[in-house]
Amino acid sequence: MSPLLLADITVFVLALLVGFEVISKVPATLHTPLMSGANAIHGVILVGVMILAATTTTTVGYLLLLIAAAFAAMNVVGGYIVTDRMLAMFHARRESRS
Amino acid sequence: MNTVDTVVHLVYLACATCFVLGLHLMNAPATARRGNQLSAAGMATAVAATVVVLARQHRITAVAVVVLLVGVLGGAIAGLVTARTVKMTAMPQLVSLFNAVGGGAAALVALGDAVERSDVPAALPLRTTTTIVLDLFIGGLTFSGSLVASGKLAGKVPGRPVVVAGGRGLVVLLGLSAAAVAALFLTGHGGIAALSGVTIAALAVGVLATLPIGGADMPVVISLLNACTGTAVAMAGFVLGSTVLIIAGALVGAAGAILTKLMADAMNRSITAIVAGGYGTGDEQTGGPATAAHGTVRETTVDDAAVQLAYAGKVVIVPGYGLAAAQAQHEVVALAQALSERGVEVSYGIHPVAGRMPGHMNVLLAEANAPYTQLKDLDEINPEFARTDVVLVVGANDVTNPAARRPGNPVSGMPILDVDKAKSIIVVKRSLGHGYAGIDNELYTDPKTAMLFADAKVGLQALITGLHAYA
Repeated sequence: MSPLLLADITVFVLALLVGFEVISKVPATLHTPLMSGANAIHGVILVGVMILAATTTTTVGYLLLLIAAAFAAMNVVGGYIVTDRMLAMFHARRESRS
Repeated sequence: MNTVDTVVHLVYLACATCFVLGLHLMNAPATARRGNQLSAAGMATAVAATVVVLARQHRITAVAVVVLLVGVLGGAIAGLVTARTVKMTAMPQLVSLFNAVGGGAAALVALGDAVERSDVPAALPLRTTTTIVLDLFIGGLTFSGSLVASGKLAGKVPGRPVVVAGGRGLVVLLGLSAAAVAALFLTGHGGIAALSGVTIAALAVGVLATLPIGGADMPVVISLLNACTGTAVAMAGFVLGSTVLIIAGALVGAAGAILTKLMADAMNRSITAIVAGGYGTGDEQTGGPATAAHGTVRETTVDDAAVQLAYAGKVVIVPGYGLAAAQAQHEVVALAQALSERGVEVSYGIHPVAGRMPGHMNVLLAEANAPYTQLKDLDEINPEFARTDVVLVVGANDVTNPAARRPGNPVSGMPILDVDKAKSIIVVKRSLGHGYAGIDNELYTDPKTAMLFADAKVGLQALITGLHAYA
């Protein structure tokens, strides 16, 4: 096993633990927006698609790249906007109280 | 490592920090929106940093730039339009759809990377091939599974459990054959053909595993698939050697797993039982007009119910899945307003899992501008039922079943709204069909309960009209 792989695995495991810890106690009210928010974060695959683009030179590769880019962009843009829309309603609700 | 590379690496680390802090802030309603915005800012920065990396490398071909831009633009517009126009009731299926494309993108990154490297004669290191296979399999099954889940929630695929003969065995068989083909690929045989085999098997597993799961279990399934996408993205990070992908992917994988458990607990269901499938129908209206096993059911009319509500001192409205399915949130708020104007004290009793997803009902009622002060959660509202004149249950079933207080039935131990403690109860429901747990609701045979058989939307509209006409 290379030191690089070991470092990556370390980061992976620690990030898992952080993920477990950060969502420990969340009210049921926020389950839907939180799921949607986490959904938007894995849109970071867009960065992966861009890295892939740097090494793509074949026709099949371009085709896969096109679909992957569209999918990833839809995930990230749609995910954040829809989460924001949901959370904006919670905000408006608090204002109506005051 | 030169200065720019170091800076880029640190920027990626900052982005990962934004994701963690963003998720953390989403734990409380007051800071949730800021958390999501922080996370979005981190995402924008990560993409910008990657643009800098690509520009400095000078490796990317002009065609790749065009393909990338066209793809991103198309996807971004599609995401923007659907996210802006979606009705709040259709939220769960949209989240599932976004999850599907995320998983699909993660799988395609692995496949694309393998295709580009296939002309290089040198054997790929095992770390790359292993993560390519894992990414493809997890990403592929998430893609097809999330599409089926989204279809079920949208009503395009039957919400009831679709049991394919030998489906479970087939899933195991497909999984094993995928593992065999993957082993072939890992030992340097088969190449892209082997990977295509893994992809097809993963897609089939996703469909076959999701079809037998009932519609009401879908939110938990989506959360589980969300965790899978996170893991697939982390695997893509291993393939490409990108730390930010590994961190963000692992974060979502773990957060999704915890959220899945929280949701399953709130619904009084075990994750294993959900994945095993074949349980519940999801749409209570498909339950059919079953007759109650014991006791008699009293039916009321719109006019009687309207008068009863109009002359009550305190009314608690209990909205449930049926209300969300019928998209009647605006009607219920209109009725509550009409009652408030007559001087009736109105509040909503909201069960944690009311709606089509945990927390969904709060979003729906907030959308319909229900005053915050009227929305009460389980612990707040339960002590109030004893001094409530009329409880109006709209499309809620299992969360009001007094049987939950006794051991030995599917809802045992589930936290319920103590609706039966009120002086009288009106239930607006399409039929006596079963809810998600598939058992009779003892509330319906309670002598204090009157049933108003109607679709939530139509029934509420009739009640509003009745209120104006008779009271």
